[in-house]
Amino acid sequence: MYGKGAIKSLLVTATRFWNTYWDDFVWLLRRIRRGDRRYYSQEGIRHRSSKDTRGIFTIQYPEEKLITPEEFRFLPFLIYDEAEDGKREIRCTSCGICAKVCPPQCIWIVRSNDPKTGRPIPEPTAFFIDGDICMNCGFCSEYCPFDAIKMDHEIDIASYNRNVFDMEALLKPASYYAGIRPANFAREEEARRQKEAAKAAKAAASVS
Amino acid sequence: MSMPSMGTPAPVQEFVDLSSRFPGIVAPDSRAGFTGWIVAAERLVEVATVLRDELGFDLLSCVTGVDYLPENRMEVVYHLNRTTGGPGLNFKVQVARADPIEVPSLIGVWPGADLQEREAWDLLGIRFAGHPDLRRILMWEGFEGHPLRKDWKEAFYEEDGKPFKSRWPEGQLQMAEDRNPLQDNLSFPPGFDPEKWIPEGDALLYGSLARYTIKDEQGLSTDSIVVNMGPQHPSTHGVFRAAIKLNGETIVALKPVIGYLHRNHEKIGERNTFLLNMPYTDRLDYFNSMANNLGYAITVEKLMGIPVAERAEYIRVIMAELTRIQNHLVFIGNLLNDLGAMYTPALYAFEERELILDIFEAVSGARMMCNYLRFGGVVRDVPPDVMEKIRGLVHDRLPGKTDEMERLLTENEIFLSRTKGVPMIDGETAVQYSITGPVLRAAGVPYDIRRADPYSIYDRFEFDVAVRPHGDLFDNYIIRIDEIRQSLRILEQALKGIPEGPVNSQKPQYQVRVPAGEAYGRIESPKGELAYYVVSNGKPNPWRYHVRAPSFVNISALEKICLGKKIADFVALFGVLDVVMGELDR
Repeated sequence: MYGKGAIKSLLVTATRFWNTYWDDFVWLLRRIRRGDRRYYSQEGIRHRSSKDTRGIFTIQYPEEKLITPEEFRFLPFLIYDEAEDGKREIRCTSCGICAKVCPPQCIWIVRSNDPKTGRPIPEPTAFFIDGDICMNCGFCSEYCPFDAIKMDHEIDIASYNRNVFDMEALLKPASYYAGIRPANFAREEEARRQKEAAKAAKAAASVS
Repeated sequence: MSMPSMGTPAPVQEFVDLSSRFPGIVAPDSRAGFTGWIVAAERLVEVATVLRDELGFDLLSCVTGVDYLPENRMEVVYHLNRTTGGPGLNFKVQVARADPIEVPSLIGVWPGADLQEREAWDLLGIRFAGHPDLRRILMWEGFEGHPLRKDWKEAFYEEDGKPFKSRWPEGQLQMAEDRNPLQDNLSFPPGFDPEKWIPEGDALLYGSLARYTIKDEQGLSTDSIVVNMGPQHPSTHGVFRAAIKLNGETIVALKPVIGYLHRNHEKIGERNTFLLNMPYTDRLDYFNSMANNLGYAITVEKLMGIPVAERAEYIRVIMAELTRIQNHLVFIGNLLNDLGAMYTPALYAFEERELILDIFEAVSGARMMCNYLRFGGVVRDVPPDVMEKIRGLVHDRLPGKTDEMERLLTENEIFLSRTKGVPMIDGETAVQYSITGPVLRAAGVPYDIRRADPYSIYDRFEFDVAVRPHGDLFDNYIIRIDEIRQSLRILEQALKGIPEGPVNSQKPQYQVRVPAGEAYGRIESPKGELAYYVVSNGKPNPWRYHVRAPSFVNISALEKICLGKKIADFVALFGVLDVVMGELDR
């Protein structure tokens, strides 16, 4: 019969249409029973980006936002550790690997010298990242030997000017990093602890 | 045309001894790290014809040039393949680097050499004698010089290799736009005034169209009209322009005009170190960044001679096949958009694509610009929860959704009447024009590099090479559905067989040592044969980095495909070629 195929197609769209409202009803029951909400809730968003989603698929941006996975990368930032006296201990040693490995060459570092001795000290005087040139490849954080530069999750950086970030704008505490990348942070801290333990054991062995 | 049955292993390649066949004309390439043959320029066409007709190398895969400035020599490299399978063969022509550099054109042997020879002329200044339409292709017509030559420097030349020392002169931050104010970032030939310039390129373009004349039954010449489709046209998926000569509604000549998105990817690549090229390959075919990464990674691994970690091989295959699925889904959606079924199929396709991109985002950190592969493996392991999500998609969701897409379209009479019986290209012509990928297989040639010349670990999986016999628009649609099903089969096996273990065979290093030599790595990207030709001279940067982009080479046949068709079908015929401008213009 001519037209059978077209009717079959229409059935597909009709099913999708039906699913949207049927799922609203199913979620209403879940809400009554368990308090789960389909819209404006984490479990709703998670459901809509899972393999079981049917019917409505969209996320109501900006009221709702997709859940950012841990590995998401956007623009690098520098990490400092907070010492007990409140001083910032910048992890960067200005070795320059990030600037070397940056494909579009958007990182610029000024190394610093000790004012008394004139010898170089492992902390940068200035650190710039040209955010409009950065291609978000993540090489800088991948090859940094000191875990000093990491990729951020912050994406709302629209501005009227060029986004050239200086060290003040780039520095964020290690606790912020632990917040956005808990698994990576835990792994790196564990590696550092082991390294220090090995060092301490070696030092103890050489003393005795 | 002979066709091997599906699933037969590729025939073992017999050693082709060209030097005894052509003594004094063909010599083996004896440079360390190089393979293939060096052919004397004056007998090139003869050797090529023998290779095609007697030795069965019917598919011209890649034509490119290399500028060996220190040796004062220019080289043209040809890569050939057999559509019956087996490894390829390459041969080179060397000419002295003194203008005019001239090499005979192979357009008579393989018509698919057309655009690639134009590209080599445009970027390297190699003249191809006998080419009927040797115009610039990627650069604009007023451009001075040939940018891929090693002695060509742009107006704001910095250095030969990164890292650039000059980016931050005298300790002062300098912004890119201050360095390169647009009006001054050009160099013109002496005496050239852009204000007074009349674009001769258009005259050349329309001149090339004027060669086609139309005669009616009585032999009287009739008038024709020239229509420019694009560069701003919703059907062209980007900035693509086709100058079309029409007789009534019938296309009598067509010239593609490309290069609007040209950024000289290859020149950028030759200044990057090997690793730094990886994120740039994402930007070629931005739908398939994982496939682009894979092609580049296996080429450089070939050159470096390093193994790939076992688990990483499986992860690579999983990512490449997921990429293929989402590419084909988007293709189907966009094809229906082009045919006038606005948005419903496209948005259904995008739902599944979103779920696949969620996976890419979770493993690599970005949805489209993945930058996930490294030489020897991948950046990081796939987290267990993401692995579960992939399993869920592959086992529970995607098969059903593929069926749903078929229910929506395959039997729909409106769709059928637009696509069934609209001929695209036949298999023999497609091979002559170097078409690869689904378009070739829809024309009845079962040529899939995953089977014909297996790379990575594709020889371990059981799958069929999708092939359809008619080569019409409908076959070009349905073959994508077939390929999605085969990709799902490969994914099921890969997910079952994936071993535990490290994901990189090398230590993380930002400066890899690549020995001198050449490598040609090719993969079956969703759009066709994606190949990289990399020449290293042992330095941190590649000496030559060439991308054989499937979109670009497939466009060579656009005129052949469209001749004699109605202008209304152009949109669909062009859409079926599935080109992406990021890759086409490079």
